[in-house]
Amino acid sequence: MTPMVEALGIHKSFGATRVLRGVDLVVQPGEVSCVIGPSGSGKSTLLRCINHLERIDSGRLRVDGHLVGYRERNGKLYEMRESEVAHQRRDIGMVFQRFNLFPHKTAIENVMEAPVVVRRQDKAAARARAVELLDRVGLADRRDNYPAQLSGGQQQRVAIARALAMSPRLMLFDEPTSALDPELVGEVLDVMRGLAREGMTMVVVTHEMGFAREVGDALVFMDEGVVVEHGAPREVLGNPQHERTRSFLSKVL
Amino acid sequence: MTVRPDRPEPMNAVPVRHPGRWVAVAVLAVLAAMLVHTVVTNDGFGWPVVGDYLFSPPVLNGLKNTLILTILSMAIGIVGGVLLAVMRLSPNWILSAVAAVYIWVFRGTPLIAQLLFWNFLSALYPRLSLGVPFGPEFVSFDTNQLINQFAACLLGLGLNEAAYMAEIVRGGIASVEHGQTEAAGALGMSRAQTLRRIVLPQAMRVIIPPTGNETISMLKTSSLVVVIGYFELLTSVQRIYSVNFQTIPLLIVAALWYLALTSILSVGQGFIERRYGRGLQTGPPGPSLLGFLRRSPEERAA
Repeated sequence: MTPMVEALGIHKSFGATRVLRGVDLVVQPGEVSCVIGPSGSGKSTLLRCINHLERIDSGRLRVDGHLVGYRERNGKLYEMRESEVAHQRRDIGMVFQRFNLFPHKTAIENVMEAPVVVRRQDKAAARARAVELLDRVGLADRRDNYPAQLSGGQQQRVAIARALAMSPRLMLFDEPTSALDPELVGEVLDVMRGLAREGMTMVVVTHEMGFAREVGDALVFMDEGVVVEHGAPREVLGNPQHERTRSFLSKVL
Repeated sequence: MTVRPDRPEPMNAVPVRHPGRWVAVAVLAVLAAMLVHTVVTNDGFGWPVVGDYLFSPPVLNGLKNTLILTILSMAIGIVGGVLLAVMRLSPNWILSAVAAVYIWVFRGTPLIAQLLFWNFLSALYPRLSLGVPFGPEFVSFDTNQLINQFAACLLGLGLNEAAYMAEIVRGGIASVEHGQTEAAGALGMSRAQTLRRIVLPQAMRVIIPPTGNETISMLKTSSLVVVIGYFELLTSVQRIYSVNFQTIPLLIVAALWYLALTSILSVGQGFIERRYGRGLQTGPPGPSLLGFLRRSPEERAA
């Protein structure tokens, strides 16, 4: 089976700062991988490399068997055009820490935007699908509200619906609950739990250890730009093998 | 007096007095009365003359030119400004540098000089032609026929305005959070789609107020076309008072028209601002221009 995500020896620097120093990661289809680690460990950067929001400096990164941002022909790498990168991103949904909803569009317009503009879907069809998706994230009655009129948890659920509208094969979550008030975290995790149950392949950068333990198929602990430990969540959380993992977990658990 | 627990006793405090405000009001009232008195009683204002000329054909003709010059120059300025701003922000450094140089030249030289330059372009290039660079020509024009006075006015005002609008648009685009571009990109939208559908509509909120300023300013700046012999509202009244010496009344005629146009523009700007403020204010939205026009006059008054 082709892995959904296959990262081999990923390096990435911002100027003199080496953020990723040879990261390997494999995510199988239908798997939920949670990535944890201290801030500055490179976990968000790794996630942003997967849909080419950041360009990797070396290594090979494949999604569903295809190189991200590059084409390989006769052993030679070719950079993709912007339009080809955009085409690749259609199948990779992303949810941001700060939601990044379009503030000038209502909830339903946010969800309809990409199917109509990118996939050139018929407006009525896109609307029907958006209604369905908003209903699924529990916001059927909020479809005509602007983002500013929604709570953080509601905004993040609209953002998830917006990503799902493109029918992605892979969903990336970049600390989806970190900007939320504590009492709103649960509603977003519930939606994500539902997605995982339906078999969506997900890579989740998170600080929610409970979620990682309960929903995750794999847990990845990153520190200083490398994967320190990788395994079943119960194993990694319950019986960490590395000193760095132990000291991190002792601070957050 | 009994205090009910659900209705707290009101604060029966003496409010702060503001004697200074009342003095200021009195002084201003007296000054206003003096102003009205002198405007009415001083014959120098020549109100009957103002009435005679307000709707006279030469004045209306000038007014028409002012409107045409303003609308067309602003159209050139806005389209050119968006283009220059996008070039300026392009990752391609050559495009960015070309835009930077354009803005530098057109903001850095006097508008009068630019108007004169376009008008006297024929001194530099008597003929303009289309063809292969350094090769054969397909068509050739006499510069003076191609760029008449009116065209020189539009080139001068419009291309100058584009430089200022470029900076306004650039500021607007820069004001939109980077996360918006990333979110659109992550959904598979192209750079052009992101700009048109996500970034520019949000930038409009920042772009419109200074653009309103520029338009109102253009109403009056367009009077500079007098240097190349064209005429508009202010030039028309100047021509009249240079003959009949009714300087003040005719300046009042021009001032009244400028004020009227500015008022209309300000109202229009308000509607456009509300249109692009969608989703940003928390209260119920104000009326749209179409909604406003559809309502009956009684409803509008209410």
